[in-house]
Amino acid sequence: MKEFFAMGGYALYVWGSFAMTALLMIVEPILLRRRKQAALARIRRIARLQQQR
Amino acid sequence: MFEIFRTVVMRDLVLALRRRADLMTVLFFFVIVVSLFPLAIGPEMSTLRMIAPGVVWVAALLASMLALERLFAADYADGTLEQMLLTPQPLALLVLGKIAAHWLVTGLPLVLISPLLGLQYGLSGETLLVLLFSLLLGTPALSLIGAIGAALTLGLRGGGVLVSLLVLPLTIPVLIFGSGSVEATASGMGGEGHLYLLGAILVMSLVLAPLAAATALRISNE
Amino acid sequence: MSSRLVNWFKFSSPSTFYPLAGKIGFWSMVVTVVLLAVGLYMSFFVAPTDYKQGEGYRIIYVHVPAAWMSMFLYVLMAGWAALGLVFNTRLSAMMASALAPTGASMAFIALWTGAFWGKPMWGAWWVWDARLTSELILLFLYLGFIALQSAIDDPRRADRACAVLAIVGVVNVPIIYYSVIWWNTLHQGATIQIRGESSMDPLMLTTLLIMTLAFWAYCIAVAMARVRSIILERERETTWVGEMVKEGRA
Repeated sequence: MKEFFAMGGYALYVWGSFAMTALLMIVEPILLRRRKQAALARIRRIARLQQQR
Repeated sequence: MFEIFRTVVMRDLVLALRRRADLMTVLFFFVIVVSLFPLAIGPEMSTLRMIAPGVVWVAALLASMLALERLFAADYADGTLEQMLLTPQPLALLVLGKIAAHWLVTGLPLVLISPLLGLQYGLSGETLLVLLFSLLLGTPALSLIGAIGAALTLGLRGGGVLVSLLVLPLTIPVLIFGSGSVEATASGMGGEGHLYLLGAILVMSLVLAPLAAATALRISNE
Repeated sequence: MSSRLVNWFKFSSPSTFYPLAGKIGFWSMVVTVVLLAVGLYMSFFVAPTDYKQGEGYRIIYVHVPAAWMSMFLYVLMAGWAALGLVFNTRLSAMMASALAPTGASMAFIALWTGAFWGKPMWGAWWVWDARLTSELILLFLYLGFIALQSAIDDPRRADRACAVLAIVGVVNVPIIYYSVIWWNTLHQGATIQIRGESSMDPLMLTTLLIMTLAFWAYCIAVAMARVRSIILERERETTWVGEMVKEGRA
């Protein structure tokens, strides 16, 4: 197991690469999800305001 | 056809010459940037000779970016541009005329003064000539490519910085071949190949850039 | 013939495309997860160790797919943008702007992993190698596109202006690429090319292929999610969006 994480001495480089890739590929969908929720919330708020009028 | 082109060029030249101070700023910017490098790097002549082509070319590139904002801004502000869009004349031709005038007042002075700056960097006679030629071929291409960016960002907030962000990556080939020609000459390899490629870029941007800039102007004025 | 035409144009309207994009996005995400699981397993446990670069070579399983996607997405983006400019279809322009951030992120991954690969192999985090340099310029082009998009408030003008920029960029990309290669060969520095076309182990090649497909599916999924958000933001005043949100189908 330890040997696997050591990556034959290339640990920093291999894990550094994969970590950044993973980070971006996780953050991007989360940001998109929040963007969609924000858009939906705005539409709902406008609809509510129009109903009140 | 040529008559319209000439009219636009003459008009812009007259307008530009009425405000000479504006023209000098671009030239001074170029001279100052080039003169700053020895102060930052040190007066070692051999080092300066090595970096001279790059420094002069990057400074020319930045100076022409700085000038771009003025290309369409005045005509846009006073409504002349809108009238131009409405004329039956081909817009690309009018745009080409404006770019030509713009280059004559902002680009050509840089080209003419460059041998003087080259002397400061200890460049030899032949190298100076190639520097002059490369700028003569390259700066019109910079103005042409830059015109697209200027047209796209017309009337936008933060236009000046945005233009640079859009245009600078597109001008990299001009920079590479321009400074490459001088460097190749200085190292005795001969810069003709670079100059031919620079000429090819100029011809290509002469044909395509006015069209793209004209399209961009129409979009910006809708 | 005519019925096929109708079918195509049916999906060029945001209201019909929105649910379709949702389905495509969902299934692409499923495919991404499956392919990534398989691909990562193969990258670390199945693919053999490279005899020259040891375990360090495993970076290519993210580096190469990201680099490929970043280039492909730029062309795709320009294609959508051109389509939007010519046929004046709103959706094409939205697709173009949905692809730009993902393309930029792929270019960034390619650069980052390139640096992490270059350090042990070339001995430096950054080398002015032709491929790295043109990838950097590609990232700049993406950033310019995104900056222009966000600088223009009127979405219609933004779409069309960005389309012109993308088309100009795509004409320029080959010129930039070849000029950078030329520049690089003239300035032969300390760069040593290790990444030659040596014969690759078929297992390595399969792994690379699976990872590439996974990245591909990821890009589709993310682009679909983003285009849905863009549709919601731009069409928020239309009745179809209002009804859809009210019925909880969004």
